[in-house]
Amino acid sequence: MSSLTRKEVEEIAFLARLHLEADEVSAMQTELGAMIEHFKVIDGISCEGVEPMTHPIAIDLPLREDIVEPSMSTADALRGAPKVDGDLIVVPAIIPGAE
Amino acid sequence: MTTAFLSATEIARRVKAGEASAVRILDEMMLRIQRFDRELGSLLAIAGDEVRATAVEIERKRKANEPLGPLAGVPIVIKDNIVTKGLTTTAGSKILAGWVPPYESTVVERLRKADALIIAKANLDEFGMGSSTEKSAFKKTRNPWNTSHVPGGSSGGSAAAVAAGLAAAALGTDTGGSIRQPAAFCGTVGLKPTYGRVSRWGVIAFASSLDQVGPLTRTVADAALLTQVIAGHDPRDSTSLDQLMPPLDTVGQVKGLRIGLPKEYFADGLDADVRKHLDATIDALKQQGATIVDVSLPHTALALPAYYIIAPAEASSNLARYDGIRFGKRAEAQDLLDVYMKTRGAGFGPEVKRRIMLGTYALRSGYYDAYYKKAQQIRALIKKDFDEAWATCDVLLTPTTPHAAYRFGAKATPLDMYLGDVYTLACNLAGLPGLSVPCGLSDGGLPIGAQLLGKPLDEQTLLRVGAAIEAAVGLGDKRPTGIGGLA
Repeated sequence: MSSLTRKEVEEIAFLARLHLEADEVSAMQTELGAMIEHFKVIDGISCEGVEPMTHPIAIDLPLREDIVEPSMSTADALRGAPKVDGDLIVVPAIIPGAE
Repeated sequence: MTTAFLSATEIARRVKAGEASAVRILDEMMLRIQRFDRELGSLLAIAGDEVRATAVEIERKRKANEPLGPLAGVPIVIKDNIVTKGLTTTAGSKILAGWVPPYESTVVERLRKADALIIAKANLDEFGMGSSTEKSAFKKTRNPWNTSHVPGGSSGGSAAAVAAGLAAAALGTDTGGSIRQPAAFCGTVGLKPTYGRVSRWGVIAFASSLDQVGPLTRTVADAALLTQVIAGHDPRDSTSLDQLMPPLDTVGQVKGLRIGLPKEYFADGLDADVRKHLDATIDALKQQGATIVDVSLPHTALALPAYYIIAPAEASSNLARYDGIRFGKRAEAQDLLDVYMKTRGAGFGPEVKRRIMLGTYALRSGYYDAYYKKAQQIRALIKKDFDEAWATCDVLLTPTTPHAAYRFGAKATPLDMYLGDVYTLACNLAGLPGLSVPCGLSDGGLPIGAQLLGKPLDEQTLLRVGAAIEAAVGLGDKRPTGIGGLA
């Protein structure tokens, strides 16, 4: 039994910027549904007044002086990009239909 | 005589003493890889000329009486979600296929500085998401003890390579058990250090508040040796602890030590064969003067739902960077949104998609408090359980896994697979150090692991108890025989 509708799965996939084929949507409905069912066990646990633990260690955000230090060259940084033009990364039109 | 199963400690000693040649050790390991890894499937990219040049340089330094590092000539494989400058790094994912990193991870930089030989990258479940290495986009890794069984995961390639004598040691990563569980399945030692002990700079992020790098080795002493090299503060990782790693020893001395047995880890669902070996381990420790204490970690059962909310939530955010723009594969598309959708749809495998979806579900507006925030509150309760346990014991002993390695395809649904992580997850949620040490072979001839969980920063006690277990009930000279000629 799934607690997720097809439309919900498609909405989540869009939020995650993930294209799913029709059969993947069906599989997600079943599999995510089962996981969400399993998660229901936490509903019954009282956490009144418990501070959420975002991180395993108490550590202050370390700061350093704002001084330029040597870092990766532009050429190295761009080497893995699928498409470049000089020092720029080339991407398709941001607005559909625009050049 | 083969050097394939020498410990890292012994290889470094021989190389430094001039009793063994780094070049010959490298050549033998490369021959073994060629001979056995076609069937084992533990490795992805293999290093070429550059590692040979390193071995030649080690020989030169030795002959010139220049100082050599603690890992001189030790052949090491690196899980492929740890970046290696100039050596292809994929995280086991099609979305990063062929990516050659322009920078070095801190851990590999430290291994190189210690004169290790970085010989290859090890297979893994895609982005570390899985418990059997079946989720790698590239190949299946087999368990060297029985090739119809999984090696565990996600550091399955690292564990299989070390167990099979294709490397003296390996680095893995552990987000919910990914070092300890494959170590248990393949009969190696695996240490997940305290969160923050080891730099995550250059480690491809899965769940940033849980991920930690650690060694997989054939001996407890080797685990200590590698941990000593890779641990320590790194200004490039803001979660790296500014704490010196004290010199570690592996004196198997447990007299007077209070070893806690959490009852929740010995309840229903634990395989009888595993239980039998754990009982023998407990008896051995008792005989050596340890005090055995019964303890309770009452929120243990909630670790699984808490982990499978928190880890996917962090993953859904971390994996947003794979968008086909700056690195990795890009799908052909008409506009930018379409590039994102299609690149990610084509580049990620089913398990990664499932976790991104789960994480996005848990984090979305209106659901955040019910899932993510609640899971973090449960995480606090789990940590509190451990804090209270330390009042009555110095270290905890549990099974690493509910059963020995299973056959390929045995876990029918994703949830079945997740349930196998039941004993390893809480350690990551609480940020504690955890060690898996072999404690015998099952009736079916597969390794079984005992897990030690320690106080934050107390890797030392884990290694001492681990050494005692190794000496009393470890695998000794037993070697995997799943592939002909391996041992």
